[in-house]
Amino acid sequence: MASADPVIRFRDVSKRFRRPDGRGDFVAVDKLSFEIGKGEIVAVLGKTGCGKSTMFNIVAGLIEPSSGEARVIGHDPFREFAFFRGKIGIVFQNDRLMPWRSALDNVRLGLQILDTDAGQANETARQWLMRLGLSGHENDYPHALSGGMRQRVSIARAFAVDPEILLCDEPFSSLDEMTARDLRAEFVRLVRQNNKTAVFITHQINEAMEIGDRVLVFHHPARIAYETRLDAATTEDARRKVHEDIMRVLSVEQAPT
Amino acid sequence: MTNSRTMRVLQAAAGMVVLAAGWQILSYVFPHYLFPPVPEIISRTIEVLITGSLLVDVLLTAGRIFGGLFGAFILGSILALVIGQSKTAENFIAPVLTFFQGIPALSWVVFAIIWFHGIEFRVLFIMVMTTLPAFTFQILDAFRSMSKDLFEMTMAFRPSRWTLFRFLIVPTIVPGILTAWKVNLGNAARVVVVAELVGATGGVGYQLLRQQQLFDMAGAMAWTLQLVLFVLVVQQTINAIENWALRYRAVSERAM
Repeated sequence: MASADPVIRFRDVSKRFRRPDGRGDFVAVDKLSFEIGKGEIVAVLGKTGCGKSTMFNIVAGLIEPSSGEARVIGHDPFREFAFFRGKIGIVFQNDRLMPWRSALDNVRLGLQILDTDAGQANETARQWLMRLGLSGHENDYPHALSGGMRQRVSIARAFAVDPEILLCDEPFSSLDEMTARDLRAEFVRLVRQNNKTAVFITHQINEAMEIGDRVLVFHHPARIAYETRLDAATTEDARRKVHEDIMRVLSVEQAPT
Repeated sequence: MTNSRTMRVLQAAAGMVVLAAGWQILSYVFPHYLFPPVPEIISRTIEVLITGSLLVDVLLTAGRIFGGLFGAFILGSILALVIGQSKTAENFIAPVLTFFQGIPALSWVVFAIIWFHGIEFRVLFIMVMTTLPAFTFQILDAFRSMSKDLFEMTMAFRPSRWTLFRFLIVPTIVPGILTAWKVNLGNAARVVVVAELVGATGGVGYQLLRQQQLFDMAGAMAWTLQLVLFVLVVQQTINAIENWALRYRAVSERAM
């Protein structure tokens, strides 16, 4: 794969699910096409139920597209599932910590699955907990941690395996605004510092604009309704304009059926 | 917490003291061959525990209970995992297990006596057949209660089947396994006595049969208490294992 090739590429990807009542199919993703380059942080924005998480699960290789072509690092994430061992890190909407594992053991999980040497896995997990401000909580079980701390552990778990791609599905949506803001800043810093490619799903416009180098706005069923690039040079006026445009795009959105 | 635990122990002890006192009163009213005095029952119980030749019968029964439970646990775990991964297997196996559940323990005893010669194999067969459905269904329930969220999170790291089993499935089903052991222990203790009563030449059930033939109520109570003590000790051991294995669980102060 040439270095200029996109890390994630969707071409006319569709995903249909059979309705539980048997009345035909439900289209979650409709001929979705986009590309994400190495080192980009792309925020995917859309209303609840617009198919963002379905797109996310396709990239993660957890579900297969009904049609079209999804490629991640040049490979099919569903059919070549094992190829992506250690290449994708995921931060989910809820922390998804194993309640029977301590914070340290939760961070070590991915490393253990990747058969990393036990001593090295331990050290790496400790380092990541420290970087995320959780020193001293290594032996705490998830129930003893606050929501923000648990989400920090899940971020540490995703980063610990040193993946090429980070997928985040509304990871801070259940946190209070102050905690979410701190974690967002921390997340962006870590992604940039470690030169990762990241897809960040959110339904909050401000969050998408704060995190993304690029913002993709989805309509239902998932297809791109609006796209824009943002960087440090983007002026406040330009940002306000983007915010208004996104609001307008989302307001004409039909409710999912 | 310590105070409430002490209170619980005291309440439980008080209940047993009231029961013993009630029995002692009955021993004053009725002949001793019907209601022997409590001190006599205690002394006979201790006698069984400290007399090697009698203790062998208790250990024999304990061994049969464990043998049967382990057999049913291993077989039940395999069946639960097979059913959990295949709808066809479920359609095939689940009705058979449900059918087995409806067969009384005494019927299994009769079948075993007709089918098999060896006493130990008979008892093992009866124990396994009577506890297998419960083990299978309880472990299956635990397997099915596995969190879809945790499954997807673990799968995102692309584990091998063995790694998935070790890191996710085993910790998920451990609470169900412990519950299954606690529930089946009581059942097994009851069934083993029936099996020994009818088809064995040793063990607590056999000794109970002898006490019945001798019309010795104190002896019958002493042997019954052996089984009760055994179940209590094993239950407490399982509880201790449960407290250790599930130490990660949050406990509300309100629940203490």
